[in-house]
Amino acid sequence: MNEAILIRSAAIEGGDTADILIEDGRIAEVGTGLSRSGARTIDANGLVALPGLVDLHVHLREPGFEASETVLTGSRAAAAGGFGAVFAMPNTNPVADTAGVVEQELALGEAAGYATVQPIGAVTVGQQGERLAELGAMARSKARVRVFSDDGSCVWDPLLMRRALEYVKSFGGVIAQHAQDPRLTEGAQMNEGVVSSELGLAGWPAVAEESIIARDVLLAEHVGSRLHVCHLSTAGSVDLIRWAKKRGIDVTAEVTPHHLLLTEELVRGYDARFKVNPPLRREEDVLAVREGLADGTINIVATDHAPHPAETKATEWAGAAHGMVGLESALRIVHQTMVETGLLGWPDVARVMSTTPARIGGLAGHGTPIAAGQPAELTLYDPSAGGAFSETDLAGRSTNSPFFGRTLPGSVRWTIHRGYATLADGELVDLEGARA
Amino acid sequence: MRHLLDTRTLSREHAIRILDVAEDMADTQEREVKKLPTLRGRTIVNLFFEDSTRTRISFEAAAKRLSADLINFSAKGSSVSKGESLQDTAQTLEAMGADAVVVRHGASGAPRTLASSGWIDAGVVNAGDGTHEHPTQALLDAFTMRRRRYGADSRGRDLAGHRVTIVGDVLHSRVARSNVWLLDALGAEVTLVAPPTLVPQDVTRWPAKIVFDLDEAIADGPEALMMLRIQTERMTGSFFPNEREYARLWGLDPVRFRALPADTIVMHPGPMNRGLEICAEAADSTRATVLEQVANGVSVRMAVLYLLLAGEHAGSDDKEIR
Repeated sequence: MNEAILIRSAAIEGGDTADILIEDGRIAEVGTGLSRSGARTIDANGLVALPGLVDLHVHLREPGFEASETVLTGSRAAAAGGFGAVFAMPNTNPVADTAGVVEQELALGEAAGYATVQPIGAVTVGQQGERLAELGAMARSKARVRVFSDDGSCVWDPLLMRRALEYVKSFGGVIAQHAQDPRLTEGAQMNEGVVSSELGLAGWPAVAEESIIARDVLLAEHVGSRLHVCHLSTAGSVDLIRWAKKRGIDVTAEVTPHHLLLTEELVRGYDARFKVNPPLRREEDVLAVREGLADGTINIVATDHAPHPAETKATEWAGAAHGMVGLESALRIVHQTMVETGLLGWPDVARVMSTTPARIGGLAGHGTPIAAGQPAELTLYDPSAGGAFSETDLAGRSTNSPFFGRTLPGSVRWTIHRGYATLADGELVDLEGARA
Repeated sequence: MRHLLDTRTLSREHAIRILDVAEDMADTQEREVKKLPTLRGRTIVNLFFEDSTRTRISFEAAAKRLSADLINFSAKGSSVSKGESLQDTAQTLEAMGADAVVVRHGASGAPRTLASSGWIDAGVVNAGDGTHEHPTQALLDAFTMRRRRYGADSRGRDLAGHRVTIVGDVLHSRVARSNVWLLDALGAEVTLVAPPTLVPQDVTRWPAKIVFDLDEAIADGPEALMMLRIQTERMTGSFFPNEREYARLWGLDPVRFRALPADTIVMHPGPMNRGLEICAEAADSTRATVLEQVANGVSVRMAVLYLLLAGEHAGSDDKEIR
């Protein structure tokens, strides 16, 4: 798998074209007219070369929920979407709240080989929000955990949140908060507003997200800690983060591709493919998160890839599971919502989908520039391609995508991870076969 | 008519058509023999995931008077309580030959999911879904108002200019939602009265006026005053301090009842909490339409089942009607 690869005439981050020579898992050279005998040559004419994408927020479901996804199937989905690294949320069974579980996840990712699988540790034991998990043990484990989150649940107890923010400072960690006031969202089914009032679905009000963000940025300021806000979804949240950054608070924020594109109007048909937490919001919110991502208030795009088996979606709305798969569609959605609209250029896409997520997560070997001597983590994307998104575009175990039938621009053609191709000309590489 | 899922998407013409057919059905119910052969050989399933004796027996009476075969399927004690999905339950019933499914479900949108999922071919009638809609209730309410207003001259008419005030737990009420849309389609003017905690969070686009003060609404002298049932589970959710205060501020007590114009009708979808949202004097007065609503409910549901299974949109099925 350590063959040399010569990528010819790729537009580096959408700019000047150059050849990229990859050898021994590193970028050996970037320049024009490169040659290397025996190298596998990729004609990248018309393709944009991006640093391998990094997703700070995915659910790989293993251990415990292998009917939805496994580390192997989820990292195949990652490779199909152009990702070289994913951060796996800890809401597995058992919960990833000990060194043992995070090391197991790390090992499964290494064995799969499609992407770096970096475990995220739970903040509290069993994600129960009662007492701190062994954050230090996870940080010092082989998995080198730096991001901690109770994602799916909010660390609601303000004192516990304060302690967590303080505690992770000793190893440069960050708390990634799923901002949702549990009392304000009991039984919540969709964004609270015009549509929920009409459909008779229990509302998930914007204030339930915003009040937690407001509290958390103030806590982070008070104790001088670093906070990351997961899947921010409302215009008010963007304003709060903007205010906090202006004040010098060490906060970063992410937005999902689906919150950049979809609105609550889609809930009208009660099709549970559109059920997600936080919920799809209003058009105004979609425009506000795009603007926030464009002006740097929101630092990164993360998918919140959340696989669920079909039967958990083919049911009445209230009984359906929350969540959408998103790895395979992420770059194309960002292309449509941010690049085609002129809000971001390709170097910005590299920043919000690779460089910055790797930096926030403290992950070495990813999000590095396309330059000689750097790790060979690359994504080659064809911006002129496109078509209707369908089940055949998915590579994971579950098919709960909200994007089926939508015409999306672009196509991820190649994913290079640690110097070898995991996606070759749009087809997943059979790594097991290659190793055998 | 393929399905009846809501009144939100029901046009004025379509609604009047249903109400007019319901008039025809009501006429047949004056006869000594009430049973019609219209739906002989057709099978209707009452699929009730939530208890509702009143609605279930109303549909049952409607189906039987049209000579349809009726299967009552109550989720309690059935495979549903053992975790069977909506899909499997519906498909099982269709495999038994259901031509129409009348569904009551605790989850908003469940009838829509049933109708749009492709799981079944049968027509779907929403008999109340969560806090979303209860279209046949709104139709029977409109039918009752139209009859009270126009008597034998009701056919073809809408409710233009009719002022209707609906009082109570609008937030959790599928009856209120269905009434708001239907009454608006029929040209009526709707006022909703509720404590602010029981008004949905954003009703700016609803074709209704919102007031918090019942006395103010009564002083406006509406043609119809509809009292909604207050559910016991709201007592503990901090929606209002306690039931005495609710009754005092939003209940139709004797003083308020007597303050109404003499020709204002008092409606209630039932079952009533006497002494809470409605006093006995109002409930038992000749201006109360509670029992008329029950009788009209059968006529309206006969009309809906007829239009669903034998109506002009049933297509090739028409030839099977005898």
